[in-house]
Amino acid sequence: YLISLSFQQRIEIHKLREGENLILGFSIGGGIDQDPTQNPFSEDKTDKGIYVTRVTAGGPAEVAGLQVGDKIMQVNGWDMTMVTHDQARKRLTKRNEEVVRLLVTRQSLQKAVQQSMMS
Amino acid sequence: KIEPLKVTVDFLKVPLGLKKPPLKEALAALPGKPKSHILERRKSRRSDAMDNESQYSGYSYKSGHSRSSRKHRDRRERHRSKSRDGTRGDKSVTIQAPGEPLLDNESTRGDERDDNWGETTTVVTGTSEHSISHDDLTRIAKDMEDSAHLDCSRHLGVALGAALALLAFLTPLAFLLLPQLLWREELEPCGTPCEGLFISVAFKLLILLLGSWALFFRRPKAFFPRVFVFRALLMVLVFLLVVSYWLFYGVRILDSRDRNYRGVVQFAVSLVDALLFVHYLAVVLLELRQLQPQFTLKAVRSADGASRFYNVGHLSIQRAAVWILENYYHDFPVYNPALLNLPKSVLSKKMSGFKVYSLGEAENSTNNSTGQSRAVIAAAARRRDNSHNEFYYEEAEHERRVRKRRARLVVAVEEAFTHIKRLQEEEQKNPREVMDPREAAQAIFASMARAMQKYLRTTKQQPYHTMESILQHLEFCITHDMTPKAFLERYLTAGPTIQYHKDRWLAKQWTLVSEEPVTNGLKDGVVFVLKRQDFSLVVSTKKIPFFKLSEEFVDPKSHKFIMRLQSETSV
Repeated sequence: YLISLSFQQRIEIHKLREGENLILGFSIGGGIDQDPTQNPFSEDKTDKGIYVTRVTAGGPAEVAGLQVGDKIMQVNGWDMTMVTHDQARKRLTKRNEEVVRLLVTRQSLQKAVQQSMMS
Repeated sequence: KIEPLKVTVDFLKVPLGLKKPPLKEALAALPGKPKSHILERRKSRRSDAMDNESQYSGYSYKSGHSRSSRKHRDRRERHRSKSRDGTRGDKSVTIQAPGEPLLDNESTRGDERDDNWGETTTVVTGTSEHSISHDDLTRIAKDMEDSAHLDCSRHLGVALGAALALLAFLTPLAFLLLPQLLWREELEPCGTPCEGLFISVAFKLLILLLGSWALFFRRPKAFFPRVFVFRALLMVLVFLLVVSYWLFYGVRILDSRDRNYRGVVQFAVSLVDALLFVHYLAVVLLELRQLQPQFTLKAVRSADGASRFYNVGHLSIQRAAVWILENYYHDFPVYNPALLNLPKSVLSKKMSGFKVYSLGEAENSTNNSTGQSRAVIAAAARRRDNSHNEFYYEEAEHERRVRKRRARLVVAVEEAFTHIKRLQEEEQKNPREVMDPREAAQAIFASMARAMQKYLRTTKQQPYHTMESILQHLEFCITHDMTPKAFLERYLTAGPTIQYHKDRWLAKQWTLVSEEPVTNGLKDGVVFVLKRQDFSLVVSTKKIPFFKLSEEFVDPKSHKFIMRLQSETSV
């Protein structure tokens, strides 16, 4: 039998200023108004959470340790598991915030723990 | 010791011949008589004999009336003479289907066939000298049944019905005429109302005549084993009606010499009205009631499992049986006994293990022999395990062969059809070159004959198509400008029985076997069997389910759709 552990990681991203905008350097997909079956990263295809779909190389997100496929649970204390796609984007791109603290869940973490526990 | 009967066969008589005559000979020797298989010949001989005994009755609804009483007597005698098991409660009755003329070409040709039939014929029956085969038994039974024929009873029924109809028709006229003839001087004159009534009587009688003609004057499609309940009921009703009217007429009018002629005329008009209403009742009972479907009948052929479903209304079992038979002849593919058996290579292996003879052993050694036979049977069962493998490969091989032959046939026919074309009006051709359809058919038949023969033999259809029949069909197709594909349609798929020669129909041999009396109506779960000599049709009834339809209204404007989103935003 598999032990299901949810390891959560806290990631702190410092936004980069590019002209007028503050960018974080990754792309998100998902949301409660989206089609969850198209999500390639989720294990459960009814999961409507926000997932990281791309991470630009060398960007602030990569530097902070964010990886493709991470599910974002919280952003600066705001819950991201039951938000629409646009709400998620807005919470990440607030103009007055320079640092965002994300709580992410990663599948690879789970598998590593399972493997180490079994061996 | 069992010795199978063996006689040598003269295979020249098998259709299209196993020998392959050169094409010219085939063309020249167009036989005037069809050649048929041995078994079929026996059956056709029997059917020819029966043709001479069939009779028509012009009044379909009167046929059954007095048959029942006669039939009971005859059946009791037959029960005594044959050992038929009526103990199970099965009532076995015969349906005779007429429709064939008394003497047609086939019956005379049948005699010729018998004369020309070679003295030497091989029939491997597998029976001993001391037993009769099942065929013989059933043939004897059939002959006995046919000899105790019920023509007299049928004629009696028809005559009775006709007499009753005539009586009913003439009664109003008699009512009108009798006062005029007997006491004309004493009658009060009645002017216009009477004339109106006369006209109405005349037209109503005419309508009654036409209606009766439409409803009753029909060639019966089958002779039913038992009296048709509704028809008997109607006849009784008409009889009672007429008798009571005569009674009242006799007492009230004839005896007292009523002077009021108008009353008499009105009396007659009321009788005609009553007769018209009886006719309406007849229409409803005989025709309309059965139209709305109530039951689904499943008919399964016992020989090869071909099945069909039919929807019928409220019918008695015998009428349902005739309905099924009518549909059988155009729905079911023709019964081909050659297709039923597994190929010999498969079967022979199965049969080899079972011959266990115990030759004259004493009783104390029976235990040993049963033990031994059981061991042999068990060994044979184990050995049988590979026969499915052979069956599979044999079937695949056969299918491949059929497809190859079929391809050759299609190509040959297509090519043959390109050799002729229709003569247009404007073209002027040498009269010697112009052919009629028969000659055209003969001209192109030669090129496709061999391919056709091989194909028919592979699909085991050759007893059903003689050379003459193929030529006739070819002539037919040429006359009607059909394409080769249309010509071939008849040979590539096994058609329904009615497509083939009358000899194959065997329409007079059906027997209805039923556990319930055959005049009972159909109910859910009724099963009856239509037996013929070589197979039977098992028919089971199911009631059509009761549908509860509910309504749901859908606003056409309520059909709205959105896109499935899967957006990706970079932040």
